[in-house]
Amino acid sequence: MTPQEIHDALKARFGEAILSFDEKALDPWALVKPEAIAEVAAFVKAEPALGFDNLMCLSAVDWPKETPPRLDVVYHLYSYKHDHTFVLKVQVPRDNPRVPTVEGTWGVANWHEREAFDLYGVVFDGHSDLRRILLPDDWQGHPLRKDWEDPELYNGMRVKPTPQMAERYAAGEKIGVGPFDFTPPNLPLEQS
Amino acid sequence: MSSLAPVRESWDPEALDVDEMILNMGPQHPSTHGVLRLELKTDGEIVKAVRPHIGYLHRCFEKHCENVDYPGVLPYTDRLDYCAAMGNTLGFALAMEKMLGIEPGPYVNTIRVLMAELQRIASHAVAVGTYGMDLGAFTPFLHLLRDREKILDLFEWTCGARLLYNYNWVGGVSHDLPEGFLKACRGMIREYEAMTHPKLVELLIGNKIFIKRTAGVGVCSPELAISHDLTGPNLRGCGLPRDLRKDHPYSGYEQYDFQVALGTGQYGPLGSCFDRNWVRVVEMAESARIIHQALDKLEKMEKADVHEKVPKRVKPAKGEVYFRSEAPRGQLGYYVVSDGGINPYRVKVKSPCFTAMSVFHRLARGLYIADIIALLGSLDIVLGEIDR
Repeated sequence: MTPQEIHDALKARFGEAILSFDEKALDPWALVKPEAIAEVAAFVKAEPALGFDNLMCLSAVDWPKETPPRLDVVYHLYSYKHDHTFVLKVQVPRDNPRVPTVEGTWGVANWHEREAFDLYGVVFDGHSDLRRILLPDDWQGHPLRKDWEDPELYNGMRVKPTPQMAERYAAGEKIGVGPFDFTPPNLPLEQS
Repeated sequence: MSSLAPVRESWDPEALDVDEMILNMGPQHPSTHGVLRLELKTDGEIVKAVRPHIGYLHRCFEKHCENVDYPGVLPYTDRLDYCAAMGNTLGFALAMEKMLGIEPGPYVNTIRVLMAELQRIASHAVAVGTYGMDLGAFTPFLHLLRDREKILDLFEWTCGARLLYNYNWVGGVSHDLPEGFLKACRGMIREYEAMTHPKLVELLIGNKIFIKRTAGVGVCSPELAISHDLTGPNLRGCGLPRDLRKDHPYSGYEQYDFQVALGTGQYGPLGSCFDRNWVRVVEMAESARIIHQALDKLEKMEKADVHEKVPKRVKPAKGEVYFRSEAPRGQLGYYVVSDGGINPYRVKVKSPCFTAMSVFHRLARGLYIADIIALLGSLDIVLGEIDR
């Protein structure tokens, strides 16, 4: 099916929940209401004509400068049966990002959603095991957000240079890296 | 359907049965292929549940990408799957070319295919070799590493690096093939086909102990594989003939004659550890076939400028692209978002090892502890790519 036909099928089934559609993009995508994404996901997998049995990728994107500031969650779908692709997006407010989980539809979403939670702070409602996955359990904050600032300390270990160290860096001093000896080692000359 | 429902498992030590025990494996365990930590809930020798902990090798790849320009991302992608760095840079270069609308010439494409397939042999050599070592067969590993070294020598001759090449650029490759490369490569591949490959089949794959340790262990059904997005040899081991080089050819793969390797279930249920390794072994032979064809083409072809299509400045228009390519470990996907600047706004890597690891807790239920090692090795994970 072409992306236009896939969109038409979604629109016929969900109506208002499909907010917009961009056919001109390299990978055409449809914008879905966040509350409806779990149902849409179950539908596109179960509907024989669509048959999206594979979730290729689930990613979050941070847009703090848009009005209103928002987080996108992007679902790249593929159908092994029909060999077509489609992209679903949801947009959630940045200060309260909540999206229903799709792990019941595609098993791989479990880890992808944990990653999006870990790095962006998107909360997936109904997720069976929403813990941090790449960062340590006691890490504070979500580093892939655009306004992320490194903390001074993590468990007593220095993460960010102190102002004094930053000044010395700026002056060109090599801190903690040397001194290295770049003269070649004194090796016996090769016998000719 | 019920087997695909999310697994909810209690890991509270207080709630354990009398016979149960929580056993920690890794992160410094030689057979975890890097720094992976597994928490096993065991009953005697039988594993009742597994919880993998990843992230020990997290290097903020995606955050770094947002702070360098597009060509600057390429060396970082090398460091994802450090056993198969050519495939990683190729994927990102192709994603950017799709975004910019660049088509490299046939000379560059043929070099890329040649390098990607050499890398596939080198990568599977490590995968199958270390897998044999996990199960106690040391000799095949030495045979395979000898040939991997020769391939790395060829890479070093071409671009100066043995592990992290930064070879595929957006629109081209970094260095042309040196004088005499084709002859040396042909000799190396002939030697591999005549010596190492038969030895590998004889010593490892046809070995009765190997078959008994792997056939019927960690059986993955096609539905589970697709639901958990297993790709590459892991998917083809379930008997599904899906290969991006055939289904959605890139870099001129449609011009090459090769078979998609498939698991056959010849010694037990289809989709077992044996089938996944069988696919890798067959794929190595098929890659050798592709390399011969690529060398034939290059011998007839006029040399061309490999930097001809390399853009002076990579600055794609506002938009986004998702591109996947068939890396040795499966489908490697890049999701790149551009805001029109010279730095990417967002780069996300869909790593085949990450998705393969996400199914581990399902496949591992009910196995013996020793078979956990066999299962883990058969999925062929590289932690650099899982943790990014």
